[in-house]
Amino acid sequence: MQETINLESVAAQYKESLKYNDFRIVICAGTGCMANGSEKVRNAFLNYIRESGLHVKVELKPEENHKGIFLSESGCQGFCQMGPLVTIEPLGLLYVKVRPEDVKEIVDRTIKENKAVERLLYEDPSSGEKCKGIGDIPFYTRQSRFVLKQCGHINPEDINEYISIGGYAAARKAFTTLSPEDICKEILASGLRGRGGGGFPTGRKWDLTRIQQEKKKYVICNGDEGDPGAFMDRSVMEGNPHSVIEGIMIASRAIGADEAYVYVRAEYPLAVKRIRRAVEDAENAGILGDDVFASGKSLRVHVMEGAGAFVCGEETALIASIEGKRGMPSPKPPFPAQSGLWEKPTVINNVETLATVPLIIKMGAGEFRKIGNAKSPGTKTFALTGHVRNTGLIEVPFGTTLREIVYNIGGGVTNNDGTLAEDGFKSVQIGGPSGGCLTEEHLDLPLDFDSLTGIGAMIGSGGLVVMNRQTCMVKIARFFMQFTQNESCGKCVLCREGTKQMLALLDDIIEGRATVETLELLEKLALAVKKGSLCGLGKTAPNPVLSTMKHFRKEYTEHVVSKWCSTKNCKSLVAPEINPELCKGCTVCTKKCPVGAISGERKMPHKINVSICIKCGACAQACKLNAITGV
Amino acid sequence: MIAEKQILSRTRKFGKVCEILDRYSNDSAKLIPILQAVQEEYRYLPEEVLTFVATSLNLSPARVYGVATFYSHFALEPKGKYVIRVCDGTACHVKGSMSLAEVVMEKLNLDEKRRTTPDMLFTLETVSCLGACGLAPVMVINDEVHGQMTPEKTGTLIDQIIEMEKSYARNN
Repeated sequence: MQETINLESVAAQYKESLKYNDFRIVICAGTGCMANGSEKVRNAFLNYIRESGLHVKVELKPEENHKGIFLSESGCQGFCQMGPLVTIEPLGLLYVKVRPEDVKEIVDRTIKENKAVERLLYEDPSSGEKCKGIGDIPFYTRQSRFVLKQCGHINPEDINEYISIGGYAAARKAFTTLSPEDICKEILASGLRGRGGGGFPTGRKWDLTRIQQEKKKYVICNGDEGDPGAFMDRSVMEGNPHSVIEGIMIASRAIGADEAYVYVRAEYPLAVKRIRRAVEDAENAGILGDDVFASGKSLRVHVMEGAGAFVCGEETALIASIEGKRGMPSPKPPFPAQSGLWEKPTVINNVETLATVPLIIKMGAGEFRKIGNAKSPGTKTFALTGHVRNTGLIEVPFGTTLREIVYNIGGGVTNNDGTLAEDGFKSVQIGGPSGGCLTEEHLDLPLDFDSLTGIGAMIGSGGLVVMNRQTCMVKIARFFMQFTQNESCGKCVLCREGTKQMLALLDDIIEGRATVETLELLEKLALAVKKGSLCGLGKTAPNPVLSTMKHFRKEYTEHVVSKWCSTKNCKSLVAPEINPELCKGCTVCTKKCPVGAISGERKMPHKINVSICIKCGACAQACKLNAITGV
Repeated sequence: MIAEKQILSRTRKFGKVCEILDRYSNDSAKLIPILQAVQEEYRYLPEEVLTFVATSLNLSPARVYGVATFYSHFALEPKGKYVIRVCDGTACHVKGSMSLAEVVMEKLNLDEKRRTTPDMLFTLETVSCLGACGLAPVMVINDEVHGQMTPEKTGTLIDQIIEMEKSYARNN
């Protein structure tokens, strides 16, 4: 008989042991900060604190009751560009870009004298003022961290800390006082929609599986996150893995499953490690196992590493992959709810969705609905990247505008060299290869599932790539096409061959072989691929092309008609240019130009009208000063 | 008798593979984790191992080969000592990741088809996203992540590895 864990006493014990710390130093150990050397910073702290004769603890033990400094690691704190990040509690200080050399000063000033090291604090570029901690940094204050709230605070590898903040109480409630029907009703009432991309109501998905008569059922947590430009699932798995396990427990109870799988991308070794550790710790604590919270129900969770196939984000393909086959999607119906893993009823949820579930059970559907907007309640995490000052992981309520995200949280658009571009905004690519591009006119649109579908884009998994005016939209469309073409599993002709031809047409445009007919053909083909593909990958593959063609038609036309790329990204289509510093206004080029595209006064720098220019190169040949480039 | 001997020598040759197969109780549903474990051992999936795995799991070699070729994580060719993975996710792409790959190709005399140097020291791969987009552009050499890269930094990094290998060769 498995012993039932008493969550309250674990929490009380943990809180008691926390009392014996004068300070807590939290070092971000998310992938971003690790890449920036946070491990070295941690070791420097450990060594220097020891050298200073202070007592340092790396693990909290209940029996240890003498005072000391608690050194712990956290998952991704989101502010990746400023890493490695170090937080000092209870002072609430956040130090950015900390290097091992800074450690001595931090310990000497902050730990010993309670004073902040000013130079390591974040400086708000708009006001020039130093920010003390996350309470003053606009990047954080403009967000509402809900699912990510504990990521970056708690130690992801310490189950007791998760329990001490109320963790697993929702799972216990689900197993001991709620019926599966109650849980489904609550989730349905909360209006939670799948965060993986589609936005299907989670409660309905669960209820459809719950009513199946089969004895054996499965829950699958989809942590494959193959979208380029998205890393929110990774951060949740790395930063708060127990919240995912707790979500899986509630989902399993809701549908009556006794086995669950977590499918994690193999490219995320840290997430794999932390999820595995979380499962093990939960098993050892008696939370997972044969008699969950003395309910008589059992639950086993397996962790499986993905093997690198974007199409496995598709439910049926993911199932095939867990069964040890090629990850090819199959037609629906039957839906996984009816016949999924090994032909048993199966629920597949995304990591972020599952991490939201315990919070809903804890706060109640009514409270949850107060966040976000009516049709898309709750918050959404976004991976904010590209040409924006503050890249990183953010979380905002549904309904937040793009302007708020790009300008207030992101801190504005940057030029290619990283400097702030006052009027530099061109577009935001949202939703990865399945999504579309938003433009200036969409800056004030409230972001939610339905508002985006209306304009041919989608929230998708939440990648937000900001692009400045120096970006060529045709090339971006080609980039996504190349991705989906590579990732097509090859089952449907339209997806396999269609995406290949679309890519070839885009190449024609970029390399100057295209005509207006190419654009028509591309559009026609895109619509055919959308219509004729079996799964989400093929159905959405043309989205980046269609949406850029819609919003940046002028740029496409420029490429095919004027054979010119205004952003100068397409090497074959660079327009000739006169360097005003070298041009002496000798007028030789004006005379040589067969179409009269060059104009200007004598002894003044000349200009070329690119819409007339036929790029014969006569001007460049004639110029003795080498002032003309690009032909 | 001869057959038995053959089996014995084969088993010896594939000792590690047998261990892996045992760990997964010869369960064909576990084919992907099995191949992952085999790849960790050999650094790629040799053809004869694939056939051995197929026979042991009672699957057709075509099925095993089909799985091995479907997923990008599996390699059917041996890889170099240093695997350089340049991230070409959206964030890295807009921040110029391709110029990093170009530097690597130029420096190591590689091209689209030839991805491994003849001395088996380097293999260049482009991957679709490493999930460290906040630090774009990113490249990973074996397990070490290098963020906010530039073409210059990439060149220096490769030079350093070559230099390190040379001095290692001299000292041994």
